[in-house]
Amino acid sequence: MRQWLRRLTRRNEPYIFLVLLALCLLIEVRSGQFFTANNLVDIASAMVVPGLFALGIYMVIVSGGIDVSFPALASLTSYATTKYLLDAGYTGGIWLPMAMSLVMGAALGAVNGVFIGFFGLPAMIVTLGTSSVFKGLMQGALNSVQLAVIPEGMRQFGTDALFVATNPVSGLSSRMPVSFLIFAAVVLLVFFLMRYTYFGRGIYAMGGNEVSAHRAGFHTRRTKFFLYVIVGMIASAAGLIRTCMMQQNHPTNMLGMEMNIIAGVVLGGTAITGGAGSVTGCMLGTLLIVIVENSMILIGIPTVWKSVFVGALIVIGTGVSAMQVVRANRLAANRNLTQEAAKA
Amino acid sequence: MFQSLLKATGVHKSFAGVHALKGVDLDIRKGEIHCLAGENGCGKSTLIKIISGVYQPDAGTIEFDGKALARITPIDAIMLGIQVIYQDFSVFSNLTVMENLALNSELAQKRRLVNWKRMREIAREAVAKINFEVDLDAPVSSLSVAQKQMVAICRALMFNARLIIMDEPTTALTRKEVQALFDIILKLKAQGISILFVSHKLNEVFEISERFTIFRNGELVKTGETRELDSNKFTYYMTGREFAPQQFVPEQVSKEPLLEVRNLTAKGFFEDVSFALHAGEIVGVTGLLDSGRSELALALFGVRPADSGEIRLKGRKTDIRRPRDAVRGKLGLVPEDRLSEGLFLPRSIEDNLVIAEVDRLAGPLSVIDRTKRRDEIRRLVDEFKIATPDPKNACQTLSGGNQQRVVLGKWLACNLDVLVLSGPTVGVDIGSKHDIHEILQNLARGGMGILIISDDLPEILENCSRVLVLKSGRIRKEMDTRDADERLILSHMM
Repeated sequence: MRQWLRRLTRRNEPYIFLVLLALCLLIEVRSGQFFTANNLVDIASAMVVPGLFALGIYMVIVSGGIDVSFPALASLTSYATTKYLLDAGYTGGIWLPMAMSLVMGAALGAVNGVFIGFFGLPAMIVTLGTSSVFKGLMQGALNSVQLAVIPEGMRQFGTDALFVATNPVSGLSSRMPVSFLIFAAVVLLVFFLMRYTYFGRGIYAMGGNEVSAHRAGFHTRRTKFFLYVIVGMIASAAGLIRTCMMQQNHPTNMLGMEMNIIAGVVLGGTAITGGAGSVTGCMLGTLLIVIVENSMILIGIPTVWKSVFVGALIVIGTGVSAMQVVRANRLAANRNLTQEAAKA
Repeated sequence: MFQSLLKATGVHKSFAGVHALKGVDLDIRKGEIHCLAGENGCGKSTLIKIISGVYQPDAGTIEFDGKALARITPIDAIMLGIQVIYQDFSVFSNLTVMENLALNSELAQKRRLVNWKRMREIAREAVAKINFEVDLDAPVSSLSVAQKQMVAICRALMFNARLIIMDEPTTALTRKEVQALFDIILKLKAQGISILFVSHKLNEVFEISERFTIFRNGELVKTGETRELDSNKFTYYMTGREFAPQQFVPEQVSKEPLLEVRNLTAKGFFEDVSFALHAGEIVGVTGLLDSGRSELALALFGVRPADSGEIRLKGRKTDIRRPRDAVRGKLGLVPEDRLSEGLFLPRSIEDNLVIAEVDRLAGPLSVIDRTKRRDEIRRLVDEFKIATPDPKNACQTLSGGNQQRVVLGKWLACNLDVLVLSGPTVGVDIGSKHDIHEILQNLARGGMGILIISDDLPEILENCSRVLVLKSGRIRKEMDTRDADERLILSHMM
């Protein structure tokens, strides 16, 4: 038990969880509106798209890479899907649009994957480049404009609710979107992938030491390639879900999201240098950002101040948890030394 | 007739125009301990990488157990029973000990899904083989260098290995640990496993190996039975030069000490350490790995400041809390791990040489004076015989010995009074070792005070006039090296 606690203090998640809890309590005390059914459902619903993006970027960062192209990728695939199906007069369900998005997402992710995995180019440069290309294709080749109407099947998917939560005091109600199920499924999938498959352990190993990973027998190039393909698919799914939930497609709406998403992931304890991080941490960090973005209004802070808070949170949050982890590790190291000395 | 396990014939390999291997042969018999020696850059690492499937040879053949190998991958090599323990151990410091131990074998069995229970079993079995006590759930980053190596060794031993290649396995080990390693190697030999032991430490080669092969500049120089070898021949084959050991005799030792340490204590590492170092002398500090010797060096240089006690430089009490304080007091440190602590590996040799004296090279407005810088670099490269076609090359292109010269050159450019060296010739080949010793002895004759912290006793005996023996953080004995020999020093260390 004590050992378990000690191990816990050397991880990042407990600290971020405490910060999160403190923030929730603060909002609750100030507004009395935080722990109401409809607010919690709202937060869950707001978590779907950033959460999906975060899961993808978490895997990439653990591998020692980075991806800044996912908002552009998601915009391009969701716009192309919506536009094509609108022009074709599609009236069916969500399955075809989802399948189209995933195929396109995989293909665009594969472009990143080929350059980063097989040609060994730096991920930052490649994804900055492809980000620009994806944006350009959308705006130039597809002549993107805001689509105020989306196909019926997608609209249906976006408005369908698992259940509706109503606040007895204010009378406000919130719908829990069906897409939350997709999000939950992807969380489980990524968790399983990273912890229980050698593909996932290879991602951790690569992030720790790529040369050693190759020597140990991981197919590092192939792993990287498929990693970016998977990330492309997750991002495209997120893009389509966002379009459905918003009931319209605004082509530039998602651009610029990458920094907050990456910040949330890093805040949750994923090492920006690669090799360390967990799904739990990644989700807690993203949740923290989502709550700050959505709930500041509840304690009477004008939305214009939002970015200041998000920024401060990232700097302070990452700094504090990093310090705690360093301190816990140093304590452990000293303990090891004294134990060895005692043995000698 | 002896049976060959691995037979390499006429292997060639070039990298971007550099001919690393020029048709070398290597013949390892079943169940023998074979030593591969050679100076850094002689091509032994390249050959190892070819045998283990990391590189493909340009020409030549490799036979394993009578079958020719063609275009094998690292996994193929592991499946054949070829295991390499690399010098950098190839461990994942971000993962736990358990995972580090189990990953390779699980991958070799082409498993796709992780079974953590099975991983733990495998790991437990692996550490049990050599009675290595370690917390399986600890991240490898929290282990000491020696422990990391034990992890790497355990990992290699757990395969049904037929050939284990150890690339300079003893570099970071204490004597006790080396002895333990040798016991394990002998046990493996008894099981019919062949060992290729890469080393340039003479005494180890003699102690453990039956046959040897020596490379020089990518060519095979000599192969044969170890018992027909002696230390002079060994050195000659390795370097193509002949050396006579030069015993250091201090000439002009100052009356006043340059460096005086009184009751220096760093809790948990060393206690109550007092000694004096005079200009013109070389003093050795030795002890086991956990004796506090490395921490003493770090404390003197202010990397990990001492808790109490005082340091006097030229008679003046100096408070060293940071490396900057030490440099200002004209004390420099050549750290134990030159790669991570002493050099900016990806930066050029030039930058590394002048980094500590940038202030002096600065002209008006603190801009570096380019001609001054160029002259200084030329002077240092010549003086320390740094072998490089162009000082603009990255430091990592240099061999270990040359890298160490860069570290030395960097400090000497600053006109220091006191130089502290922690393991100055660890991982350095014989030729460079000799040159580095010569440089150190000349510096002492020139009036510098030098403190060598090392567990290489021949090195201490050859270069130091006095030696301090540390044991469990305390000075146990101070001796004149003229009255000491290895056995005597060892008896105080243990």
